[in-house]
This record gives sequence, C-alpha cells and structure tokens, in this order.
Amino acid sequence: MITVESLSKSYGGQAAVDDVSFSAAPGRVTGFLGPNGAGKSTTMRVMVGLTPPTRGDVHVLGRRFQDLPDPGREVGVLLDASAQHAGRTGREILTIAALTMGLPRSRVDEMLQRVSLTPAEAGRRVRNYSLGMRQRLGIATALLGDPQVLILDEPANGLDPAGIRWMRDLLRGFADDGGTVLLSSHLLHEIEVIADDLVVIGNGRIVAQGTKQELLASAGTLVRAADGAALAVALQAAGLIARPTADGAVLADADLTSVGTAAFAAGIPLLELRAADGARLEEMFLSLTADTQRESVQHVTEGAAA
Amino acid sequence: MSTTIVPGTSGTVPRESRPVPDPIPFTRILRVELRKMFDTRSGFWLMASVVLLSVIASVATVIFVDADDLTYEHFASAVGAPMSVILPMIAILAVSSEWSQRTALTTFTLVPHRGRVLAAKAVITVLIGAVSMLVAGAVGVVGNLVGTSIAGVDPSWDIGVREFAQIILANEIGMLMGLMLGIALRSSPGAIVAYFVYALVLPGASSALAGTQDWWAENGPWFDLNWATMRLFDENLTGEMWAQLGVAAVFWLAVPLLIGTRALLRSEVK
Repeated sequence: MITVESLSKSYGGQAAVDDVSFSAAPGRVTGFLGPNGAGKSTTMRVMVGLTPPTRGDVHVLGRRFQDLPDPGREVGVLLDASAQHAGRTGREILTIAALTMGLPRSRVDEMLQRVSLTPAEAGRRVRNYSLGMRQRLGIATALLGDPQVLILDEPANGLDPAGIRWMRDLLRGFADDGGTVLLSSHLLHEIEVIADDLVVIGNGRIVAQGTKQELLASAGTLVRAADGAALAVALQAAGLIARPTADGAVLADADLTSVGTAAFAAGIPLLELRAADGARLEEMFLSLTADTQRESVQHVTEGAAA
Repeated sequence: MSTTIVPGTSGTVPRESRPVPDPIPFTRILRVELRKMFDTRSGFWLMASVVLLSVIASVATVIFVDADDLTYEHFASAVGAPMSVILPMIAILAVSSEWSQRTALTTFTLVPHRGRVLAAKAVITVLIGAVSMLVAGAVGVVGNLVGTSIAGVDPSWDIGVREFAQIILANEIGMLMGLMLGIALRSSPGAIVAYFVYALVLPGASSALAGTQDWWAENGPWFDLNWATMRLFDENLTGEMWAQLGVAAVFWLAVPLLIGTRALLRSEVK
C-alpha cells in the first residue's frame, strides 16, 4: 500500500510536482503515466526519501519510508538501472544489497535465476551490461528482500519485447500474490497492458486516475470520412456533439446508430464507424505530451509558413 | 480533463500481514561499507597500492640511502610519503564515488538514514588509516632489518611508540580531510583537486607568507592545519602545539565537516 497525500515539490518557485494525491492498492498494479518531465520520477524519489518534499506526505505500508526499519525487506525499489558502480559485477551488486538486508548469499543466486541472468553474465562488470541487462539486475535487486511493495521507474526501458512480456508476467504474479506494484511509464500502450489502475500526471499535476476499465471505457463513437472537418460540421448540424481528432477522425458523443444515420443523411461516405476505445485518455495523453514536447505540431507548421 | 475517479478497491487481495523486520544494525552497515571499498578494481588496487608502495619505498631506501646512515626513520619517512597521498584518496572516494557512480541511489534507499551510512564510512576510513599505517610501519621494519643486514650494520630504531602514534595521527588527519572534502563536494574529481590544493599548494603559500610576515611566522600554526600537522612527523609536540593542532582542526576539519554533512543529509539524491 502506497499513499501519497498532497505532495508538492518545487525547485526555485517552479513546481515540479503540484499537490499530487493518489494511492496504490495491494493486489493491484498501478500504472503511473505521464510524458517525460511530468514529475513521475520526482514523485517516486520523494516516496523513497531521496528527495525532500516541499509539502505533503508519502506513506508506504503505513509508514514514512525513513521509518521502515529495513526498507529493502518491505519495499523493492528500482529508480534508475544505470545508477550502479560500473566497476562492480552484477553478482557483487546483489551481494552488497543482500548483506545490507541481512539475507543469506543463496538468495543472490535465486534472484539471478529469477531474472534470467546467467552466472557468466552475473560475473561481468556492469560497465559491459546492456540497458536490458541492467534493468534485469535492477529488478533482481528490488525483489531480493521479498518485499510487499514494488516501486519501479520506467522498468521496461531497454527491455526487448520478450523481456517486456517477462516483466509483465512477473509483476502480474507479484500483484496476484497480494503485493502492491507502482510502475511508471511515458508510454500509454506499455502501461495499458499491465496496469489495473492508472494515475495520469502532466506538468506536475494529476489529470486523471481510476481503474483502467473506467478510464479506457468507451467514450462515444469514432467515425472517419475522407474529409473529417466536413463530417464534423455535418454531425454538428444534425445536433450531435462532435469534434475532429488530431488524426483526421471525428469523435462524437453519441451512439453508433445516430452517428451513422446523420452521416448518411448528409451524404458523406464513411470509412470507419466504431465505438471509441479509450480515446479520451489517449487524446488527453497526447495533448499532455504535445504541451511538453519541443517539436510540437504547431511549431512545425509555423516554421513551414515562415 | 475532469475525469477524476476514485480507484476501485474491488478485487483487492490483502497479503497476509507479515512481521515487521528488525532494524538494520550498525555493524551490518559497517561490513557493507568495508566491502564496498575493496570490491571494485579501482578500490582493490588503491588498497593493494598501500602495501605495494610501502615495499617499493623500502627497497628504494635500501638502494639509495648510504648504508652507514640507514635508520628506521629513513624507512618510516620513505614509506610514509606515499601513504600521505593514497590514504586521503581512499577516504575521498569512499564518499564521493557514491555520487560520481550514482550508487547513492541504492545505498540511501536501502538505508534511508544517511547519517548512519556516513558514520559507517567514517569509522571504516579511520580504521583503514590505522591498519594501513601499521602495515606500512611493518614493511619499514622489514626494510630496516634487511637493509642494515645487507650493509652489515646494526639496525637502528630511532622511532618510538610515541613518534609512530603521532605519525598515524597525522595521516588520520589527512584521511579525515579527504572524507570531509568527499562529503562537502560529493564529486571525485572536485574533492581530489581540492585535496591537492590543500596539501600541495597551500603549504607553499603559507611558508612564503611566513617568510615575509613575522606575525604569521609566529601564529600561523593556529590557523594552518598543514603546518600544525606536519610537526607531528618530526617533533614531540608541546602543549601549545597540541592546542594549535586542535584549533586549526576546528577551522579546517570540524566546521566544514559539519556544514557538509548537514547539506548532504538534506540534499536531493539523483
């Protein structure tokens, strides 16, 4: 169980995290979603006591992280797989962690096996590891103390498709056993396949949270024609709430039948007509990303016009 | 944009409540920090160089010092010189590498009380300083025995326990300077450069000043930790000299260590 209450962190007046509250429940995988620079990593660093918050509190298993007597035994943390001494071997990094937690050495071998690092790989220095291998090692460190909570920042980065599949199964199993999983990502589709609950953050603020079903639930009708703008006008003329989406389709707050009928009445041939699946979340996420992206669409158009 | 839904709690499987683990004992942190000083290639060779350089310095003394003049002091100072460079480096890297290599992220999530980790590093540093000096001293003893027997003269032991203890103390001060710089600067290159400025540049400036300024020549040791420390190597300190050492150590060591530690405890670890 992780509870974040009114958490804020500002740097010189600039709010990186602004009044963020959410919780991650046991038995569930909570996806922490947001574009780069939205405040995910800052929030996670505050959670584990690496960054002092400006305001607010975080409790993990009912305590402040600093008050956990032996944090590694209760909370597995992976914030940055590359933050390891390049000159240590993978096995040595796990051994140090095991010694800190007071665990037997045999646990190191168990974990290496669990994350599929071979003894030869474990004996190599981390300098020679690929990002995927570092992520596996980081997951092994997080799982080492048999924790009840996992806090993982972008754990799928650098993993190949098989690795992502492996991690998905691993986290699913962990949550099914009653553990709490919080993982961040800037990719909606990556988190969509694994999370039960979603917390969406943008520019330091929570913009949506709820179960995946709720957030991705059908939100009206998606309809497409050769001329999206004309279609939107026609639907609006028929009294429907409709707006064109970024990719030329139209999103209408109406059922399939009324949208199809209205289009037919206006004589516009449809290329696609279906229930919009989670378009709201997707669009919201895209607009969030567009706000923070340097190469925004508008920017490009302006450049072309000049 | 206003879709704020309270997360559902259906399907929640509460994990069986487990006993809260015991707090991490300080001895465990000590063991881990000791291990971390040896378990990288650079760390290992830094430690090994303590022994290697002692041996090289002893052999050089046998070769280059006139056989009739061979005394233990020759060996002690030959062996001591590389120690005064290596030991502070060991102390600096013990702290700064956590930042340079970003291992602080893991270290301080496994032990969220940074003060305990720093305390463990300080204890290990002082311990390594003492052991290294004893090893270096022992190598010097062997060098003196071998050297004098080659020369066919009686070995001369002109350094007593008191002198040796003073030499150890002088090196420990150097290590604590290194530890302080590691804590205050949290960067390996920065702290190493700062140490060399302190140990190599400042003494020259200070003695130049003492050459022209009578007041500084008289009172310098109160303010110059290098000066106050150097006397540990070659004289029996008087009460006033000890007081000067103590006062200079407050300026150079204690105060910056306190400020640096305070800043480190509150800093953001990235």
